[in-house]
Order: sequence, then structure tokens, then C-alpha cells
Amino acid sequence: MATTAPAIPGRAPDERLHQIWETKPGLLGILGTVDHKEIGRRYLVTSFLFLIAGGLEAVVMRLQLTRSDLRLLQPEQYNQLFTMHGVTMIFWYAAPVLSGFSNFLWPLLIGARDMAFPRLNAYSYWTFLLSGIFLYSSALVGQVPDGGWFAYVPLTRDAFSPGLNMDFYALGLVFLTISTTAGAINFIVTLFKLRAPGMSINRIPLFMWGTLTNSFSVLFALPALTVACVMLYLDRGVGTRFFDPGGGGHPLLWQHLFWIFGHPWVYIIVLPAMGIVSHALPTFCRRPLVGYTTVALATVTTGILGFGVWVHHMFATGLPPLATSFFSAASFAITIPSAIAVFAWIATIWTGRPVVRTPFLFMVGFIVLFVIGGVSGVATAAAAFDQQLTDTYFVVAHIHYVLIGINLFPVVAGIYYWFPKITGRMMSERLGRWNFWTMFLGFNLGFFPMHIAGLLGMPRRIYTYPAGLGWDTVNLITTIGSFVFAAGVLLLVINVIYSRRRGLPAGPNPWDAYSLEWATSSPPPPYNFAVIPTVGSRHPLWEERLDEGGRSILSEGPALDEKGEKETVESSPLDSRLTDVLRMPEDTYYPFLHALAVMLTFYGLLLRSHRVAGVGLLLVALLTAGWLWPARRELREEE
Amino acid sequence: MRSLRAAAALALTGCGASPTYLRGSGYVADRLATLGWGLLAIAAAVVVVIGLLVLAAVLRRRPPASTDRMSSAGGLSWIVIGGIVVPAVILLGSMVYSLRVLAATDRPEAKPALAIQVIGHRWWWEVRYPGSSPQETFTTANEIHVPVGLPVQLELTAADVIHSFWIPQLAGKTDLIPGQRNVAWIEADTAGRYWGHCGEYCGLQHANMMMAVVAEAPAEFSRWLEAQRRPAPTPSLPAALAGRAVFTRTACAMCHTVRGTEASGVLGPDLTHLASRRSIAAGALTNSHGNLAGWIANPQALKPGVLMPAVPLQPDELHALVSYLRDLR
Repeated sequence: MATTAPAIPGRAPDERLHQIWETKPGLLGILGTVDHKEIGRRYLVTSFLFLIAGGLEAVVMRLQLTRSDLRLLQPEQYNQLFTMHGVTMIFWYAAPVLSGFSNFLWPLLIGARDMAFPRLNAYSYWTFLLSGIFLYSSALVGQVPDGGWFAYVPLTRDAFSPGLNMDFYALGLVFLTISTTAGAINFIVTLFKLRAPGMSINRIPLFMWGTLTNSFSVLFALPALTVACVMLYLDRGVGTRFFDPGGGGHPLLWQHLFWIFGHPWVYIIVLPAMGIVSHALPTFCRRPLVGYTTVALATVTTGILGFGVWVHHMFATGLPPLATSFFSAASFAITIPSAIAVFAWIATIWTGRPVVRTPFLFMVGFIVLFVIGGVSGVATAAAAFDQQLTDTYFVVAHIHYVLIGINLFPVVAGIYYWFPKITGRMMSERLGRWNFWTMFLGFNLGFFPMHIAGLLGMPRRIYTYPAGLGWDTVNLITTIGSFVFAAGVLLLVINVIYSRRRGLPAGPNPWDAYSLEWATSSPPPPYNFAVIPTVGSRHPLWEERLDEGGRSILSEGPALDEKGEKETVESSPLDSRLTDVLRMPEDTYYPFLHALAVMLTFYGLLLRSHRVAGVGLLLVALLTAGWLWPARRELREEE
Repeated sequence: MRSLRAAAALALTGCGASPTYLRGSGYVADRLATLGWGLLAIAAAVVVVIGLLVLAAVLRRRPPASTDRMSSAGGLSWIVIGGIVVPAVILLGSMVYSLRVLAATDRPEAKPALAIQVIGHRWWWEVRYPGSSPQETFTTANEIHVPVGLPVQLELTAADVIHSFWIPQLAGKTDLIPGQRNVAWIEADTAGRYWGHCGEYCGLQHANMMMAVVAEAPAEFSRWLEAQRRPAPTPSLPAALAGRAVFTRTACAMCHTVRGTEASGVLGPDLTHLASRRSIAAGALTNSHGNLAGWIANPQALKPGVLMPAVPLQPDELHALVSYLRDLR
């Protein structure tokens, strides 16, 4: 293997790489690209559009709840809004936005040229987008899901929910799990097989530990959701009675299946976000993170313990006290790894030299919100008191401190942090300050009073409430706060749009950061790195200044451009020794077409049309065969 | 509408205060309130301390940097003390305390004086008081009377979807699940009306699925029990008598029972002693002449999605019917 490519007259090696790796313009480029950076950008933009849709739904609900006895919305509309708000935010925003970051960054962080399965990666995106369109197409026929995001049976069985509403929910989620599962497999394999030489497992950025744990959790947790949704669909459409007590089934079966999936999912949508902070905070503190190993282990521990606490969503269902006590104790215990992470961040700030820029502000804000969401979570872990708290606004406050505090704030920090890498331009710092303070103050103004509403006895999921129960003032404040918060999100959107055109040029490493993604230009070229680097430490770009030791080689290495084909290196899973060179696939329409065929199948199932579903399945089979059909060149190589 | 519903809420709570469970009444709710205050105090303290630490970490003065050398050393003791030792102590203490409360509130110290069956419906509560004979057994709705100072056992199930029994100032939630019989118990220390709400989302009118627990002195409770056991009295006024005929002749009787008449429907609440209850439509409206008339004439306008159909009646029929219902004491 040549360390530097032999020069072809009149053509620099970079230019050749460019030609090999660039996404071709035109329709194939739009529908067929397998470039992880393009897919990552699309993930980010699409999930943000879902965030805005879910946010608008929330704002309309807040108008209805501003005062007692308002009649802006009919109960049916309100129930559809809170269901779609929850489903959109939890499934189509919170996890996909993190996949967006992971997709864009994964190969850049490990010095690779693409994901392990680039076509599967494109397929993840298309199934994510199309499943979201499938879900929202329920609005076109006026049969929007209305059973709440955890869709408890029997309310969601056909007897009490006869329309297509909950079929859209059940099938839409099964459709989405295809995307999430494919994504998780891709992250795991890429991480273990495609790292640059020398990047042993104890040198990967903490963001990757977050997403790695998340990916394993996805593989073990999602089947429970898929099974539950398939059973719900069968109960509704085919006449099975999995959840029907009259037919030997049981309604609590749904709750167990849903929360066996659902609680790990909470960690799925926060661990990578915590990873963003562990990854980016050191850059602004001008020192490595305190306790890398401890934080990595805490991340994995949280992921594992996350599978043992699901019953704390079911403390009121009449389970025996022994079971309740066990899951209560486990729910207390899971706080420890989070506390470890919090003190690792505080110690890093304390012992560092903080540079206060917008990403740093969002990360500090995140720590505070994390702690508030954490301690309110501890209150709900106490089973006896949770029987009061559950299904009140206290829980609504808690879930928003967790999901906005621990997911959205790090995501926004990540946007400010990596925007220069993604676009080549800096975001406006001045708008950024306004953005942070509007979001931070608006969020607390809007969501903190929800704790109080809950403690005053206000149940969640009520479309209106009578005067005289003392809930008017807190609800008015919440509505005002939610509008301030929404204005903050709007400022973010304005800053992104403005800075994309007018932002200052960023250069390769505007924050003077330490990790590999900053070793290449901004935005990175299609091939990411001109040569595959060799990594010698956790902080390859800080080695000159750091007392850690290790020597990375960034400017020399295999260029992998001799064959004129897409290639990247394969390495051993733990210590990352170079084992092989992999040939990567070209752009292709197959992932897009395959996802479309799956969508057709799901519409067939929705409408209970054997013909449509059959045609869809046939197309899926043909396209799968086409996708996997060996190219002529591969066959020649076999010979 | 606004003032009517506010009045209904007042009728349920008995006063204008919030139904906060941080101020309970009775054995269970007292302990839960104390546990709640304890957990919230710890939570507040943790937030304040960590918040100050974060602020100090960002703002604290640092000596000017002499070189651009960086060090990865230091800080691990933060993790050991702040991230492991201190939280472990706090969490262990909270856990032991809360598990003790769970054990202590799981069942009453004394044998329950009374067992009541509560069946959740969309969107109202069926309440059965089993007696030693069929004559002593009766059914009512949305208003549960209990003797003050005595533990009362509740047997909970649901007829359609999952609901949850919740009287914040008496006890935490216990779900009513179709096909399952859950047992809970309450005990009120002071006489009064306690507001309750369905604690699990149950469809269109979950918002208007309220109830009241009325705790009264044992003698008063016995009188109530006696009165409820009796069938409905024969109306004395002619208008009410005509109303009874309307009731038994029209669709009303298909869904509602009035003991002592041939009306024996079981789909809706038992109305035998409707006039003794302070609110109608599961707490959505106060029980008044005007509200009853409006409710019967157009239930969908007052509680959209409710399963009670509007029964077409002439104005004089409606008037007579309401007179009858007002007479069901």
C-alpha cells in the first residue's frame, strides 16, 4: 500500500479522490447519494422540521390551556394534538436528530471515508423520512392518532378507537423501527471495524460511547415495541385478542412490552446528547474531560440499567409491593451514573479555563436542566409518592426537563459547535447569546410551573379544567413561557439561515478543538481525509500541548486512490490494527426505491388491501434482490 | 358555562382550595405528603448546591495562564465525592425511607370497616355498596360516601378502558383495569368533601371524569347508607309524577336504573337518589334544575363525545322530567 499516491501528471491526488468520492449532480445525487455527510445533513434538517411541527402542536395546546374552560379546541382535536406532539418529538425528532449528528460525524471522528454500510445508511434516512410522511398523512384523511404516545390498550383497540387513527400509529412506528435498527447496526459495525489505525477503543470520543450504547439499546429494546405494535395492529384489524381480557389477553401486556422498550428509549435519546457535551465541553474548557474512563463506563452502565426500571411507569397498576419495591430501588440506583457524568462536567469546568461561547452556554444550561430533571426523576422513583405524581403535570414537567434539557439543549450546543464544520461558516455569536437566554429563560418560565400544577393536583392529558381548583395562574405562566421558548427556537432557525450565507469563514478548526473531525477542511471534502490518519492518543490535535503522550500522524497515510474506486480501511475491533482495505459502494437508487416499496406495503396494510400490500411486498422482494445482486466486477474478482 | 363548571369544581372539592396532595388527610395521604415534602426538599437542595457549583466553576477567578500547556490531571476527586459518595448516601436514605412508606401504606392497620366496589366507565364512576342481602346492596355513581376515621377498602375494575382511581388528598392512584381486580384503600381523618379525578387518560372526556369522596361522621354515614338503600320514593308533586312517566317511557330507562320503577338500564349511572348528589355528568356540572335540563336536552354541548344521547322531548316533558329527577332524594 502506497503511503503517498504516485502523481498523475496534471492532477493532484486530492483531485482524484474528489472525483472518486463526490456525489454526482442531478437526480442520482439527490435520490441516490450514499455520502454520510449529506445523509447526516438531511437527517438534521428533517428531524428539525419534525421538531417544529411538534412544537407548533404544543403551542396550540398551550393556547387552549391558558385559562380554565377555554373552548378553542374540541376534545378530539386536543387529544390528537397531544398524541402527535409526543409521538413526533419522541420518535421522529429526538432520536433521528442524534442520528443526524452521528451520521455526519461518525466517519470523521474515526478517520474513515464513510459508514460501513453506506447504502443501508441512505436507506435509514429514507425510511425515517417516509415513515414520518406516512404518520402525518393521517391528517389528510382526518384520522390522526389520538391514543397518547404510549397508546394504552384497550383504549386503542378497535372497540374504542374504530378509525384508522391508531393504525397509522402502530404501522408508522413499525416502519420507523426499520430505520432506527438499520442505523444502529451501521453505527456499531462502523465503530468496531472502520476506525483509523491506532484509534483503540479507549481513544474514541465520548460522543461515540453515547451513540454506541444507544445503538445496542436500540437493538435490544426496539423488538419489544415492534412486537407490541404488530400485536396492536392484529388486535385491531385481524381479530386477535392479545390485549383483550374477554379473550384471554391482558391490557397490562401492552404496558410491559411498551415500557420494556420505552424506558431504554429515554436513555437512547439522551446518552448521545450527553455524549455531545462530554465531547465538546473540553474544547471550551481548554483541557481534556475529567474521568474519561469513568464517564464511558457510566454511559454503558446507564444503558444496561435502563433495561431494569420499566415498571416505574406502572406503579399504579396494582403490582405486588415486592415487585414495586424492586423497580423503585433500581430507579434510585440509575441516578448514580448520571451523577458521575454531572460531576465530571463540573470538574472539567472547574479545573479548566472556560471560554464562554454559545455552545458552552448551552452546555452549562444543559447541566442545570439535567440536574432539575434528574431530581424530579428521583421523586418519581419513590413508588409510594409516584402514585401521587404519576399522570400529573409534575411528570409532564419532568419529561420536558429530560427531553428538552438533556436532548434539545445539547443538540443546540452541537449545532453551534459543528455548524462551522458542516457549512464552513461560523454562526453569529451575538444572535447565539440571545438565542441561549431566550430559550433558557423561556424554558424555565414555561416548564417549571408545570411541577407546581402537578403538585396542585392537575392531571395530564385534560383538554380543559374548571376554575376554582387554583390551576389558572400556573397555566397562564406556562403558556407565556412556552411562547418565549418558541421564540428562542425561532432565533436558532434565523441564526442558522443567516449564518449559512453570511457567517464568517470558519477554517478547519475554529474552536481549536482536539478531535479528528477538525483535522480536515470545513466543510470536509467528499473523501473526508486526504490520507487515512494514524491515531496516537485521545486528543490528536492537542498532542503538542498536552502532557498525555502519544503521537498521531495526520498528514501521511494510505490515500487509497490507486484503483479509482471508493475505498476505506478496515481494522480490528478493539486495538484498531489495520486488517484490510474495503471497497465502498457507489451511489444507487435502490435504498430510495426500496423504502418507497416498503411504504406502499404499509399503506396496503393500513387499508387492509391484500392487493396493495402484495404488490408492495413483491416490489420489496425484487428490489432487495436487485440491491444485493453482485456487480459484474465483483463476480470477476470472485473468479 | 365557566361559572357553572367552577361551581361544579367547588361542589366536588367542597372549598376553593387546590386538591394538592402535599396536604393530605388520613393515614395514607399524611405519610405520602410528608414523603413528598422530604423528597422535594432534598431535590431543591441538590439543585441549589449543584447550580451554585456550576456557577462558581464558570466564574471563579483563575491565575493568568503562563503557557499554552494543558494538563489532563486533576478533578477525579470531584467524581468520587460528588458523583458517587454523596449521591449514594442521599439516594440510599431516600430509597429506604420511601420503601418504608410504601410498606406502611400498602394496607391499613385495622381491618377495613367497609368494602366498596368502584367500576370505571367512559366517563363516570359506578360505585357499589355490597350489603349482607340484595336489599341492602345498592349502586350509585360519582360520589362515594365513607365514614370518617375508618379505613375503607376499594375494589377497583373497569368496564371498558383503563381508568385510575385518584383522590389526591386521600391516597395515590390505583388503576381500574378491565379484566383485573385491584384493591386500594382510603381513610379520611377529617370530615369533608374530597375531590377526585380519573388518573389515566381514557379518551375524549377524560378531562371531565371527576368524582367526590364525602367523609362524614359514622352516624351521618349510617343515615346516608339507610337512605341510599331505599328505593326511590313515589313522587308527590304531579309534575314529578308526569316526569317519572317520561323517564320510564323514553330512552332514559334503557340506560339508567331508578330502583322502585321499571327503569333498570345499566349502561349509565344509577339515578335512584340522583338529587342527593351535588354534581352531575361526573363532576362536569353542578346538580341544579337548569343544568339538568340543559344536560338532558343536549349532552354533547356540555360534554362533547359523551356516550349519553340527546333524547328528543317536548318542553313540558323535559320540565316534568327534571322535576322528577330533582325529586329523587
